[in-house]
Amino acid sequence: MINNFPLWPERASSVAGNVDALFIFLLIVSGLMTLLIFACVVYFAARYRYRPGVLAEQIEGSLPLELTWSIIPLFVFGVIFFWGAVVFFKERTPPADATEVYVVAKQWMWKLEHAEGQREINELHVPVGRDVKMIMTSQDVIHSFFIPAFRIKQDVLPGRYTVAWFRATKSGTYHLFCAEYCGTQHSGMIGSIVVQEPAQYEAWMNGGSTGPLSASGEKIFAELGCVTCHRNDSQGRGPNLQGLFGKQVLLEGGRTVTADENYIRESILDPGAKIVNGYKPAMPTFQGLVSEEQLNALVAYVKFLSEAKPGQTPSKASASTDAQHAKGSQVE
Amino acid sequence: MSMATAQAQTVGRENYLNKEYGVVSWLLTTDHKRIALLYLLSITFFFFIGGFFALLIRLELLTPAGDLVQADTYNKLFTMHGMVMVFFFLIPSIPAVLGNFLVPLMIGAKDLAFPRINLLSWYLYIIGGVMMLHCMLTGGVDTGWTFYTPFSTAFTNTKIVEAGLSIFVVGFSSILTGLNFVVTIHRMRAPGMTWSRLPLFIWAHYATSIIQLLGTPVIAITTVLVAVERTLHLGIFDPKLGGDPLLFQHLFWFYSHPAVYIMILPAMGVVSEIIACFSRKRIFGYSFVAFSSIAIAVFGFLVWAHHMFVAGISVYAALVFSLLSYAVAVPSAVKVFNWTATLYKGSIHYDAPMLYAFGFVGLFTMGGLTGLFLAALGIDVHVTDTYFVIAHFHYIMVGGAVMGYLGGMHFWWPKISGKLYPEGWAKLAALIVFIGFNLTFFPQFVLGYLGMPRRYYDYSHMPEFQVLNVLSTAGATILGVGYLLPMVYFLWSMRYGKPASDNPWNAAGLEWKTASPPPTFNFDEEPVVTWEAYNYDELDTGHKQEVHVVG
Repeated sequence: MINNFPLWPERASSVAGNVDALFIFLLIVSGLMTLLIFACVVYFAARYRYRPGVLAEQIEGSLPLELTWSIIPLFVFGVIFFWGAVVFFKERTPPADATEVYVVAKQWMWKLEHAEGQREINELHVPVGRDVKMIMTSQDVIHSFFIPAFRIKQDVLPGRYTVAWFRATKSGTYHLFCAEYCGTQHSGMIGSIVVQEPAQYEAWMNGGSTGPLSASGEKIFAELGCVTCHRNDSQGRGPNLQGLFGKQVLLEGGRTVTADENYIRESILDPGAKIVNGYKPAMPTFQGLVSEEQLNALVAYVKFLSEAKPGQTPSKASASTDAQHAKGSQVE
Repeated sequence: MSMATAQAQTVGRENYLNKEYGVVSWLLTTDHKRIALLYLLSITFFFFIGGFFALLIRLELLTPAGDLVQADTYNKLFTMHGMVMVFFFLIPSIPAVLGNFLVPLMIGAKDLAFPRINLLSWYLYIIGGVMMLHCMLTGGVDTGWTFYTPFSTAFTNTKIVEAGLSIFVVGFSSILTGLNFVVTIHRMRAPGMTWSRLPLFIWAHYATSIIQLLGTPVIAITTVLVAVERTLHLGIFDPKLGGDPLLFQHLFWFYSHPAVYIMILPAMGVVSEIIACFSRKRIFGYSFVAFSSIAIAVFGFLVWAHHMFVAGISVYAALVFSLLSYAVAVPSAVKVFNWTATLYKGSIHYDAPMLYAFGFVGLFTMGGLTGLFLAALGIDVHVTDTYFVIAHFHYIMVGGAVMGYLGGMHFWWPKISGKLYPEGWAKLAALIVFIGFNLTFFPQFVLGYLGMPRRYYDYSHMPEFQVLNVLSTAGATILGVGYLLPMVYFLWSMRYGKPASDNPWNAAGLEWKTASPPPTFNFDEEPVVTWEAYNYDELDTGHKQEVHVVG
C-alpha cells in the first residue's frame, strides 16, 4: 500500500501539460494567498492579544484598502479566467483531421468502435502522437468519459452526440473512468486506454477488423432502403447526401443548420424536426429500429460520402485509407 | 475574557423556558425562541443520521475492495447523506436555529412578524423529515442528492417520488422562514435601529432570506417535474420521451448553487459577530461586509452552470459562467480581508467561539481558493466529478458553515440556555474539529487531482488511491469525536453548568441587553437604539471607568 502512493497523476496527453501548468500556477497563487491571510491572522492575534488596561483601537474602515483588495483579486481572477479559457478551448477543439472513434456508453460498459472497424469493450487502443476524436453517445443514462492521465472528461448523453479528443504522448496503459454517477455498478464502469507505439498499434490494428465502420454503414443504408430516396443525383425524394457533411443546409422557413453528427443523428431518429428546404416531410422515423452502433455506422457512412470521390465506396476506399494511416504514423 | 458569574437578579426570574411546562406548551408555542429550540432538536437528530451515513461511507472506502456494503447500499448511503445533510441540516441550521432565536432579539422586536407561520414552517420541516425517514426506512434512494435525469426518472427503481415530495415540503419550510425574516427585518426594527446600525448577522440573514424566497420555489418545481415524468411519462427530461436531460441540470443548479450561499452567508454573519466581540472592535469596513452579503446573494443566482462545464453545454456558455463565478468570488474575498483587518489593533480574546471563528476563516479561505481552481474551465474539466470537488464543497459547507454554526452555538449558548458551558472542553472540541476536518478532507484534494471519481464504492483496480483514503477515514473518526463533544457538554451544562449573566462576553448587541434566558417577549421595555453597531469602545471605556472606581 505504501509502495504505491503517487501524489501527482501521470501526464500522457498533449493538453495534460497545459492543465498542470495552470494548476501549479493556481497552487502558487492560492498558497501565497493562504499564507498571507494565515500570517496576518496569527500575527494580529498574537500581537494584539488582550492585555489588561490596553483598549482596542477603533478603526472605521478604509476605502482605499477596500478598493485595493477588491481590484487586485479581480485582476488575478481575470488572469486565471483567461488562462483557463485558453486551455479549455484547446481541450474542446478537435483537430480537423483527427482519427474518429465512436463511443457508446451503457450501464455499465464502454463500447468503442474505430473508424477502421475494430470494436473494443472497456478498452481503447490508440497510437502515440495521433489526434483521436471520440464521438460519444449513451444508450441509457448520462455517463462521463474520463481519462485522468490525459486530463480530459466529457459527459456522454443519451439522445445526442458529445465530442472529446486527445493526442497521447506516452505509451502505456491508463485508467478510463465513468465520472458521472450512473447506477449500481458505476464504479465498475472502468477500462483502459492502451497507448502503443505506432508499429505495435498497426500490428494490433491489422488483427480482427470487420472492415471500416463506414462500410457497415453503407450496408445498413442499403438494407434499410435509405438508398431509394437518398439517391446520388437530384432526382430522389430525399436530399442527395453526397458532399453534405460539414456543409450549411437551408431548412424550410429559411433557417440554416450545419450538417454535423448531431444533425444527421436527429434526421434519422426524428426526420420531421428539421425539413430541408424544397423537400416534403416524407421520411419515416427510425427511432427504435436502429441501434446506437448502427446509427454510428450510418453517420460514419454519410461522412464518408463527403470525403470520398463520387462513386467510391467505403469497401474500395479502405485499402487506400489504411495505407495513408500507415504512412502517417511512420512520419510521426 | 473570563465569563462573569451569575448575577443574583436573574435567578428565579420568569423566562421563555420556565414560563410554561409540558409537551403541549412546546408543540403549540409561537415563541420564536422555543421554535428555535424545536429546530435545534430536529436538526441535531438529522445531523447525526447524516453523520452516521458519512461514517459508513468512510469505512467502506478504507479498503479498495467493495467489502463492507453492497454497491446498491453504498449508493443509497451517499445519496441519503447528501439529502439529509443539505436539506435537513445545513439549510435550516443557522437560519432556523440561531436566526430564529436572534433576529427578533437583535433588532429589538418581541417576535418574528408571523409567529404562527414560524411554527407552521417547523411543522412543514417535521412533515418533510418524517417523509424522508419513511423513504429511507422503506428502501431509500440511490440517485445521489443531485437526482440527475434520465437516471432518476426512467432507470432507478428506488423511491424518487417520495424523496422528491419530502424535499418539496421541506422547501416550503425554508421559504416561510425566509419570508418571515424579510418582513421582520423590514417592519419590526426597534426605534433607532436603522439599516446602518443592524448587526452584520442581520444583514447576512436578510441576504439569505432573499435566496430562500427566490430560489427554493425552483427546486420545488423541479422535484414536481421529476415526479410527473416518472409517474405519468411526460417527456420533460428524458430524451426517449422527447425531453432534455440538461434542462434538469439547469433547473436543479439554479437552486442548488444559491443554496450553498443559504448555508454559508449566515455563518459569515455569525463570524462577524464573534470576531467583533472578541477583538473588542467594530468590524472593519462594516458597509462593505454588509453589502458583500447582498452582492453574494445576487451574483449567486448567475453562476449555476459552472456545475455543468463538461455536461454538454456550449463552449461560450461555459465562458460566461466561468467569468461570473470569478465575479462572485470577489465579495467573499472582501469579507475575509475585512475580518482579518478587524483583528488589527484589536484586544483579542481566545475564548471558544473565537477559536471556531478562526477555524472558519482558515477553512473558508481554503474552500474559497479551491473554488478558483474549479471555476477555471481548463482545470474543471479534469477535476469535476472527482474527490477534488467533494473536498472543495466540504471545506465550504462543513468547514465553513458548520464551524460558523458551532461558533454561534457557543457564543449564544449562555443566552439560549442561561448556562455556561465548560470553556476548556469547548476549546478542546474546536481544536479537534479543526484537525479532524483537515485530515479528512485535505487528502481528498490530492485524490481528486489524481483522478479518483466521486461515488465509487470499489476502487480495487486503483490501489494507488488507498493511502489517501485511509488518512481521510482516520480524520473522519477524529472529526466525529469533535462533533460529539459539544453535544455532550451542552447537554451537561443545562443541568450542571454555572448560571450565565445577561452579558457574559460583555458583547454589544441588543440580545445581550435582556436577561439570559430572555423573557417570552424578549424585552421588558421596548428598546430605543441610540448607538452604532459594535460600540465596543463605549462598552470597554465604561467598563474601565467602573474598574477605576472600584480600585
